[in-house]
Amino acid sequence: MRFLIPLGVFLVMVIFLAIGLSLDPRNLPSPLIGKPAPTFQLSKVEEPSQALTPESFRGRVILLNVWASWCVSCRQEHPVLLELAQRQEVPIFGLNYKDQLTAARDWLSKFGNPYEASGFDQDGRVGIDLGVYGVPETFVIDKKGLIRMKHTGPVTPQALEKDILPLVERLKQEP
Amino acid sequence: MSAEIGQWCLILAVLFAIAQGVFPLLGAARGIPLWMSVGRAAGRAQFLFLAIAFGCLIDGFIANDFSILYVASHSNSELPLYYRVAATWGAHEGSMLLWALILSVWTVAVTLFCRSLTLPFQARVLGVMGLISTGILLFILLTSNPFDRLVPMPPDGNDLNPLLQDFGMTIHPPMLYMGYVGLSVAFSFAIAALLGGTLDSAWARWSRPWTLVAWIFLTFGIVLGSWWAYYELGWGGWWFWDPVENASFMPWLVATALLHSLAATEKRGAFKAWTVLLAIFAFSLSLLGTFLVRSGVLTSVHAFASDPARGLFILVFLALVVGSSLLLYALRAPSIRDSAHYALISRENLLLMNNILLVTAAASILLGTLYPLVLDALQWGKISVGPPYFSNVFAPLMAPVILLAGIAPLFAWREASLAKVWGKIRWLAPAALTLGIITTALFWELKDIKVLAGLSMAFWLIGGTLLSLWSRVQLRSSVLEGLQSQSLSSYGMTIAHLGIAVFLVGLVLSDRHSVEKVVRLAPGDTAAIGRYDFIFKGIKTVDGPNFKAQEGLFEVRSEDQLITELKPQKRSYRVQRNTMTEAAIDPGVTRDLYVALGEPLDAGAWSVRLYYKPFIRWIWFGGLFMMMGGLLALLDRRYRRHKMDPLVTA
Amino acid sequence: MKTLILLLTLTGSSALFATEIRSFADPDKAARYDRLIGELRCLVCQNQSLADSDADLAQDLRNEVYEMIAAGQSDAEAIRFLTDRYGDFVLYRPPIKPTTFLLWGGPLLILLFGGVMAWRYARQRKPQPLSPLSEADQDTLERLKKTSG
Repeated sequence: MRFLIPLGVFLVMVIFLAIGLSLDPRNLPSPLIGKPAPTFQLSKVEEPSQALTPESFRGRVILLNVWASWCVSCRQEHPVLLELAQRQEVPIFGLNYKDQLTAARDWLSKFGNPYEASGFDQDGRVGIDLGVYGVPETFVIDKKGLIRMKHTGPVTPQALEKDILPLVERLKQEP
Repeated sequence: MSAEIGQWCLILAVLFAIAQGVFPLLGAARGIPLWMSVGRAAGRAQFLFLAIAFGCLIDGFIANDFSILYVASHSNSELPLYYRVAATWGAHEGSMLLWALILSVWTVAVTLFCRSLTLPFQARVLGVMGLISTGILLFILLTSNPFDRLVPMPPDGNDLNPLLQDFGMTIHPPMLYMGYVGLSVAFSFAIAALLGGTLDSAWARWSRPWTLVAWIFLTFGIVLGSWWAYYELGWGGWWFWDPVENASFMPWLVATALLHSLAATEKRGAFKAWTVLLAIFAFSLSLLGTFLVRSGVLTSVHAFASDPARGLFILVFLALVVGSSLLLYALRAPSIRDSAHYALISRENLLLMNNILLVTAAASILLGTLYPLVLDALQWGKISVGPPYFSNVFAPLMAPVILLAGIAPLFAWREASLAKVWGKIRWLAPAALTLGIITTALFWELKDIKVLAGLSMAFWLIGGTLLSLWSRVQLRSSVLEGLQSQSLSSYGMTIAHLGIAVFLVGLVLSDRHSVEKVVRLAPGDTAAIGRYDFIFKGIKTVDGPNFKAQEGLFEVRSEDQLITELKPQKRSYRVQRNTMTEAAIDPGVTRDLYVALGEPLDAGAWSVRLYYKPFIRWIWFGGLFMMMGGLLALLDRRYRRHKMDPLVTA
Repeated sequence: MKTLILLLTLTGSSALFATEIRSFADPDKAARYDRLIGELRCLVCQNQSLADSDADLAQDLRNEVYEMIAAGQSDAEAIRFLTDRYGDFVLYRPPIKPTTFLLWGGPLLILLFGGVMAWRYARQRKPQPLSPLSEADQDTLERLKKTSG
């Protein structure tokens, strides 16, 4: 009987390794899910004299997209966001993370601006409060200002249709 | 052209591997001598074709044949010839081919040195090795073919990862693989013995030298890897408890345990079932290491190619090899009878304690390495298990191992008299502690308990090891005769155990008394660490074959004496477009001085990392000592071929 | 591929920023700071601590830790700040809680298990006391003694 112990332990290990193969070790769940979005006050990239705060989108279900002009994969998701903005299903706000103001503006005028407004987070403090570790990242924030979902990496059409938009629809039904 | 030849040789090698795996095992089961003798020829043919295939790949690198995808991805026409050759095993596909080649080298070695084994036993050993080789070669052909062509051919290649453009890193993988794969011989011996029911002391005697050779390579490979991390990664660490490092350390710990239990099995016929299980564990952990590194289930500082399809293949292979071995073990082990009887106080039981501690250490590292994965799989959250965990767990397990190693050789086999041993070691503990206190108080501070404990343990180990040598020498009429009468393997053990003490001194002192400073230095500025002044003379640009570097010049002075000039570099590689920190080190027996450039700041100033690392070299000296001990033991007369009795067939 | 791009963007930006230089008036705070950043994981690197990494985010987080320690906050508060935002993943020393009991207790359990198995095995291996001779054997022995004597 005791000679079967090594085999048993090994088989359990193999099962976990097999599950492990389908997991992405780099994908981190955010501890902020279900918690209120951090408060901040940033000047808008488009109009630095105006401020962007969570009050700007209180009462609405929105996407908060973290982007930067130096970020290569932001270019990749940009057309997806532009198309989403045109459909007007959900407002997109931007968090311009550790960027230069002129570079960010050039980038928006060159590739198009899907954002209702982008906050200019030059030193990345708001990014840290949001637990940002790799740009681009996208948060779904509900009407009460709670973070309900975080998508790391470029937003793909699949992720949008499968996960993000269905959640947005559900959140819109909430009071 | 060479890629196609290589491809064909690879396919032929698989066919020979299958023949080597199937015929001898069936032949041994049914008693057909002709089938059994296929193993030897097939093994040699497999080696021949793998060597040609490997040669073809090297040729592709030398000739800058960028129509081969693997060459185009990992080489460049500007890369110096030496690194182009080494780039052959610099990435996934080539290193797996090296793995297979090394396995076939071990196979040929078995065919050469095991001719006096009985035919069925030989056939089973070669058969098991053939099956392993079949799996690895199929893995290469199906998921990681290094000979795939790239159409259209790019004008130049993507270059080798700059981290790997370094001497240490070119020989580290072959050494490590010699160790990993070498454990397959002990594994195959164990499986052959389980299949044939010939688990006796002759089996242990045959397994010992093979395990020892593999262990020597593994030790060397780990020492090289640690040394490389120290000077190449640029932040002065030498061991990070990274999954890839753990993957090499676990087999080493188990192989060390195996060496000790094989001694008991050979000399006394003790714990056979356990020894055979250890032989299975040691190689299984090598395979598991390959899986962890190649599948990408764990993130690691050594970012290698990783791919889930490859991971799945290796996992299935791992499950088949290890699962069937453990099943065979579960079926056969109950009928293994140990003949030996010995008292509770005996060398046998001390070796058993050593084994329990070493294997617990290996199992704990496995637990820590896989735990994040298990939690993630259960969706219980993501955690990191890092150095604080491993050192907390490892130190309490290793302390008793070191204390035991100091006195275990003084205990007799079968039944040791505590009174006799006590008579010999009565003064050991007080003497070790006194020496520890004196040295700590003289050179450091007495309140530094960790240094005191570490040094006292080192003195204990050195004292005990020399005492046991002395007690054996004393049995002869003169010291000279006594020294001559000792076997080489007993000297080997002595030196290897002294190596642990050397390692321990390096570990404790470099850990407790290293000084690190991150400073801003403008040309002409001086930074002081202890009695050393580092004077920043300036920066100049130098050209390398495939990089441009900013090279700093530092004068190191102590009490106005010039000690050395250090020239650390910040390299930027043209093709891969990344920057590498090339630290400059002034090595010394009692301390290293280490300078690494950080980033340029304003007005010609740089941020600079300066380190003073006392006794850090002793860490690797210790490893080399252990390796030398292994080499000495290997030269022991007992292992010469004609002296070894053939295994008896059951 | 996605992760590769992610990696490229992250490492690409990191080279632009300088390793910062920190000083504390209080050597105790300096030691705590050094220990903390050595035990915190850099999120964007493959497997490096904050102390070892030159990545951009690692520098920002070092900054946060530095300011908290310099402002007199405790280690626990600094760790709370990071785990609130990034989760337990940032800790190289996993916190002790129900999901990690097995991790921290595992080595001891393995050692105990091994110890018990070894103890049971070793007891079986003790030299057997010689069994008393049967009467017939006693007679033979006596007879042999007499004849040889």
